[in-house]
Amino acid sequence: MAIVLSAQNLRKCYGDQVVVDGLNLSIQRGECFGLLGPNGAGKTTTLRLMLGLITPDTGELQLLDHAVPQQARAARLRVGVVPQIDNLDPDFTVAENLLVYGRYFGMSDAAIEARMPELLEFANLTHKRDVKVPTLSGGMKRRLTLARALVNDPEVIFLDEPTTGLDPQARHLIWQRLRELTASGKTLLLTTHFMDEAERLCHRLAVMDNGRIISTGSPRELIAQNIEPQVVEVFGEQAAAWAQSHAARHAQRFEVSGETVYCYVADAQPLLLELQQHPELRYLHRPANLEDVFLKLTGREMREQS
Amino acid sequence: MKPNIFALPQFSRRFIPIWRRNFMVWEKMAGSAILGNLADPVIYMLGMGYGLGGMLPQIGGMSYMAFLAAGIVCYSTMNSASFEVLYSTFSRMYEQRTWDAILNTPITLDDIVFSEVVWAGSKSLLSGLAVLLVIWLLGMSHSPLSLWIIPLALLVGLCFAALGLIVTALAPGYDFFMYYFTLVITPMVLLCGVFFPVEQLPPLLQNVSSVLPLTHAINLARPLLNDAIPAHFLLHIAVLLGYVLVGFYVALVLFRRRLSQ
Repeated sequence: MAIVLSAQNLRKCYGDQVVVDGLNLSIQRGECFGLLGPNGAGKTTTLRLMLGLITPDTGELQLLDHAVPQQARAARLRVGVVPQIDNLDPDFTVAENLLVYGRYFGMSDAAIEARMPELLEFANLTHKRDVKVPTLSGGMKRRLTLARALVNDPEVIFLDEPTTGLDPQARHLIWQRLRELTASGKTLLLTTHFMDEAERLCHRLAVMDNGRIISTGSPRELIAQNIEPQVVEVFGEQAAAWAQSHAARHAQRFEVSGETVYCYVADAQPLLLELQQHPELRYLHRPANLEDVFLKLTGREMREQS
Repeated sequence: MKPNIFALPQFSRRFIPIWRRNFMVWEKMAGSAILGNLADPVIYMLGMGYGLGGMLPQIGGMSYMAFLAAGIVCYSTMNSASFEVLYSTFSRMYEQRTWDAILNTPITLDDIVFSEVVWAGSKSLLSGLAVLLVIWLLGMSHSPLSLWIIPLALLVGLCFAALGLIVTALAPGYDFFMYYFTLVITPMVLLCGVFFPVEQLPPLLQNVSSVLPLTHAINLARPLLNDAIPAHFLLHIAVLLGYVLVGFYVALVLFRRRLSQ
């Protein structure tokens, strides 16, 4: 399969702070690739580097056969971007936003108008065509931003936290649209810190922290490679005390977080039998998921810097 | 690799869609914008012209009203460009993030900064035209040379657009612009011969005045409106062009430092 985007040994510092630290990545045509990481992991900086908006200190970047940042203009002609922070034109209607944005790509008004019905349909905004942007809901604005990113019929679409701040209905609609895009052969690169989003949408994922990629693979591979297959969550005031004395005997690994103990096991049966002896504890037995991997790899402590 | 923020500007025709975007926004409020362009100079010229003009004899062989007309043309174009590149440009860059959206397309920061200068120059041109119309209607100039005010308005607009963009590139927020208006624009209005001849100032201030762009603009506008070819017109044009080029380059370097590192 053709490589659409490749980064080798990409590095970017701001002063003493290394934001992207020797990043290697390659994305194939037609795949949906997810970049996961806590706030401040370097995801947005990575996207800005890939678009040629900032220059790396060292490293090689190819986007659609163009060297970036040297030929970034030519590369961006074939790319669509859904930014993290809304930047639609508030003075314009839905249709005007699409028209004005299409012109930035050098498209004629006739060519943009010809694409307009399809774009509005895709964004479920046909009935809002002549409505001004400030009156749209958060979900509608996101869908318009997505439609705007498609105005030039791009081959690659960059999405920076596409569903942050949306309610579940709006989020599911965006997911459905992104799946349609992948099905139609587009290549997607999205950043997110929603694990269910990554698990549902992405063919491959990279977990990023402190400017480095610490694990790559399909969602299943990441789980299989990094974590025991079963998780038992134990809750209750006595959970921590119970964990100190009993958990290590039945679980390969356990973590205490407040009043919850997370036990990671290959076979949950012995642990579940043990827990039945402790009626004061409640528990939940489930298969390991991506969030467990993420927390294992990037730690449970809060990231305060953005 | 290190980005060279001092590289010479790279121009492309891709600035045109940004100009058209700004025009589309302007069109939506064109009524109030044009009214302001026309009403402001009328109020100034009638108020100050009659108010002060009644007490003053002729200045340099012309009525005070005619003297004032040249000042108001340049003052209006300066204001129009300055407000555009300070408040409106800052809003596009910072608040509305319009620049962020544009930068994700094949347009570069150089194109954007160039579009801002040209757009502010265009608005100044319109403002200058409006004042010229008022001058003609009030019968304050009958000279065909007054048509030269039209390209002059564009040049003055580009000049103050370029200078103002330097401030915008450095601004942390809207409050910052007060410094520029208080420390640069207001003194310029009083030192450059808008309301009274520069010769009224003490020699030191006359020297300051001689390097300020508005002085050179007015030295061109005043003879043109009074049917005379300005003395040293090449020098005045060169000074104004110099401010355009140097101001634009400095602003561009500062925007690159701010946004593309």
